[in-house]
Amino acid sequence: MDLSLQQLNTTEFPIPTDLQDNVAITSLSKIYNWGRRNSMWPMLFGLACCAIEMIATASSRFDFSRFGMEVMRATPRQADLMIVSGTVTKKMVVPIVRLYNQMPEPKYVLAMGACASGGGPFKEGYNVVSGIDTYLPVDVYVPGCPPTPQALLYGLIALQRKIDGQSLAAVDDIPWYGVGAADPTPVPILGPDIIDPRQMDMIRRQAEEAAKKGSASIGVRTLPAIKAAPVAVPAKVAKPAAAAPAKVAAATPEDDKRAAALARKAARAAKQGTAPAAGDAPVAVEEAPAEVAAPTPVAPAAAVELPSSGKPWEEAEDIREQRKAAALARKAQRAAKRDSSGG
Amino acid sequence: MVMAQPEVMDAPDLRTLSVAESIAHLKEKFPDAISNDTREGYSGVIVDKQKLVEVAQYVKETLGYDYLSSATAVDYLGEGNHSTDHLEMVYHTYRTTGGTALVMKAQTDRETAELPSLVPVWRGADFQEREAWDLYGIKFAGHPNLQRILMWEGFHGHPMRKDWKEAYYEEETKPFGSRWPGGHVHRAEEKTIFGSNVKYPADLDLGRLADISDDQLYQGFGMGVDTHQMIDHNGMETDLLVVNMGPHHPSTHGVFRMVIKLDGETITQLEPVMGYLHRNHEKIGERNTYLHNIPFTDRLDYISSMGNNHGYVLAVEKLMALGKKYEPPTYRAEVIRVLMVELTRIVNHLWAIGFWMNDLGAFFTPVLYFIQERERILDFFEATAGSRMMCNYMRFGGVFQDIPERMHSAMNLINDRVRDTDSMKFLTEMINERIPRTIDELDEYLTNSEIVKTRSIGVGYISPENAINYSAAGPLLRGSGVAYDIRKAEPYSIYPELDFDVAVEPAGDMYARYLVRLNEMRESVRILKQLLPRLEYTKGQPVSDNNMAYSGKVPLGESYGRVENGKGELGYYVVSAGDKKSTANAWRYHVRAPSFINLTPLGLMCQGGKVADIVAILGSIDIVLGETDR
Repeated sequence: MDLSLQQLNTTEFPIPTDLQDNVAITSLSKIYNWGRRNSMWPMLFGLACCAIEMIATASSRFDFSRFGMEVMRATPRQADLMIVSGTVTKKMVVPIVRLYNQMPEPKYVLAMGACASGGGPFKEGYNVVSGIDTYLPVDVYVPGCPPTPQALLYGLIALQRKIDGQSLAAVDDIPWYGVGAADPTPVPILGPDIIDPRQMDMIRRQAEEAAKKGSASIGVRTLPAIKAAPVAVPAKVAKPAAAAPAKVAAATPEDDKRAAALARKAARAAKQGTAPAAGDAPVAVEEAPAEVAAPTPVAPAAAVELPSSGKPWEEAEDIREQRKAAALARKAQRAAKRDSSGG
Repeated sequence: MVMAQPEVMDAPDLRTLSVAESIAHLKEKFPDAISNDTREGYSGVIVDKQKLVEVAQYVKETLGYDYLSSATAVDYLGEGNHSTDHLEMVYHTYRTTGGTALVMKAQTDRETAELPSLVPVWRGADFQEREAWDLYGIKFAGHPNLQRILMWEGFHGHPMRKDWKEAYYEEETKPFGSRWPGGHVHRAEEKTIFGSNVKYPADLDLGRLADISDDQLYQGFGMGVDTHQMIDHNGMETDLLVVNMGPHHPSTHGVFRMVIKLDGETITQLEPVMGYLHRNHEKIGERNTYLHNIPFTDRLDYISSMGNNHGYVLAVEKLMALGKKYEPPTYRAEVIRVLMVELTRIVNHLWAIGFWMNDLGAFFTPVLYFIQERERILDFFEATAGSRMMCNYMRFGGVFQDIPERMHSAMNLINDRVRDTDSMKFLTEMINERIPRTIDELDEYLTNSEIVKTRSIGVGYISPENAINYSAAGPLLRGSGVAYDIRKAEPYSIYPELDFDVAVEPAGDMYARYLVRLNEMRESVRILKQLLPRLEYTKGQPVSDNNMAYSGKVPLGESYGRVENGKGELGYYVVSAGDKKSTANAWRYHVRAPSFINLTPLGLMCQGGKVADIVAILGSIDIVLGETDR
């Protein structure tokens, strides 16, 4: 190409004189992103309480037209951004998915508030979807109940930053320039409960299983019942711990503060591991830290044998605590051994 | 029922009987159908279901209890204080001339679950009975359109029944064992194999999965009508057109849906469809402890959270007052409550008028001015309660904390003056200058506007008789010339000592409702001005009894606490039952939502109107979907 500077400057657009002898270089991605980030048109639809804050953000005090977002479009065909502003119920998720499918690409979803992000305060109810991300890909989550207008603005700016990072060279960033139109998100069905078509196979399998077992409902996982914690067990844990110190103290005449501290820590950890399950064993656990003055290799071993509390989530916690206690005790043991051999 | 001649002669006397006298009279009149509700802490009468309609008719026509405030169901399954498991409908009826409630109850067993419908007596029972059918599975014989209202047609089960468990079910009541005192929080998704909030019945037929809710909905609309049968008087052939509006229509004030049958531009039928924001408020409320519910009430009518708090704490305080260790809120607490509620009312009406302007076509410009004023009030709420919108401010026996000395609203900054300002000075300036100025401005620009008048006068008419019959409340009722304001009719808090008038307009159209809102804001300012000196001289008084504020136990009984909220009569029906002595969780927690019940006459108001007026009529009712669908 042999364009002279003169030719470059003679365009149909007037160029200010102070810019005329300059050459500005940028990438296509930057110009493309600059245009897109500053004309992000949200869809004009609100779901719940968050919509009120969204309106407050649009009004004069916070004014998101400063970021090129004031053009709220009532039709999904003209919108770039779906602000899911509020609780998504099972009844409402059907139209929302349909609306999302109608939006042209590139399109973004902003989950505004606790409900849209993960179910929020109403998650436990029977008609609330646990976050819009179970159906739609979400680009930005804005926490809050409801998020303040400032928080929403921050979320929108975060979306702009996300757009800034996209490159026209990377197909992953711009899937809408890929081979064809993206598949629409399957629209959920309102049956006896909401049915996600993507889970159809799973539902079918579960239904067959339920029919075999003759259970009343499909898909509810019954967590094991909470058993009353056996009272004797923590006592077992504590007793060796209480009995041990005398022996160990005899073996190590020096006052090893570090070892003692470690042992106390181990005993505490062992106590914490059992305490939530054992309601009426305060006597046993109380005497453990008081008496333990030196490393106790017995205590963690006994703690590992603890029976299940019947709550898997608590069990996980217990195992973690037990491992911690065992590790600490081993450490203490090693320290004691080293000291005794040295002395 | 045909009334005998002597009764009509007695009618004026019977209409002035007190509630106790009315009950005595009813027992005389229907000796075999009426019995006193003798359960501990309960009031009213239990009516034999065979004679329910007859008694209700008599109560309405002869005794003058013309206003059905609330009709709701309770499921007494496995409740220790009752000998049998049964479902119960509770009707709260009032006189529009004021006074306390005559409570009627009708019981049915859980299996047949059938009661006569009271829609022929009070049209206001329409949606409420549909809700009871939807959530409790009570069939109402004689109901004109007994379909599900909050859930969709085809949903499995009736979720508010005590034996219906949601997918994420953990325990009957909070605090859940897994979370307190251990604090081992786990993900709710673990509870279902599908990892989401779903649960299917065993008889799920995978072969026929189709959404039948819309078919059911359109059934009554006669789609696919015969064109030739509809030749109007000019001989022109017209086809009826069924238009669906919503649930994501920008003018429906949320996720509300209407199905409209049009003859040309004229509305012949309108069916409101709701439940798109049904967040199971009541089911969650019955699992929660009493205190847990306060932040949830914020999210009912999310424009006026303070008013919601007030109604709920009143209802629970009524119950607490049945016990021995109850101390009512201090005077300062009451003053602060009323202050907050009246500010909320102004916020609500500003919002309502602003968005009604949107609906009339003045898109977003008027509302910007009102939102600006609202922001100032929200700043005050934020400084006091800690949150702009969801204030969670009131407690049983008082309020959460006193008004702070100084406001440091650095986050919600208008200008530097707000960064550190005297809160009483801010409040005084707001009440004496800013708010009246905004109201005057609004009045000046809108009240005499030719466009507003042409669009709204005579449109969306509802007669006073219908307004009462359809249980309309708030500006919708007062805009029809019925001067019924709970602050006067059944005063609560410190309203009896305050000087204010009930705003009322006789015309019954959209314009009248607008005027009622406008005047009500002026009355609120009048109240607020009286509160300022009270705030000054109660300075230093405690605002809550700390023991009461956090105590969880509530004595047995039922209570219905109602307040005049911005949108209308907001009532909470709370039943404390289950435990033998006192309870920490509500057995039944029901919200009488004004937005929900005010929609009952929407079809009536729109009928014969033009399609362009639908959104404006809806806007003039002023609904908020958090409360409509709960």
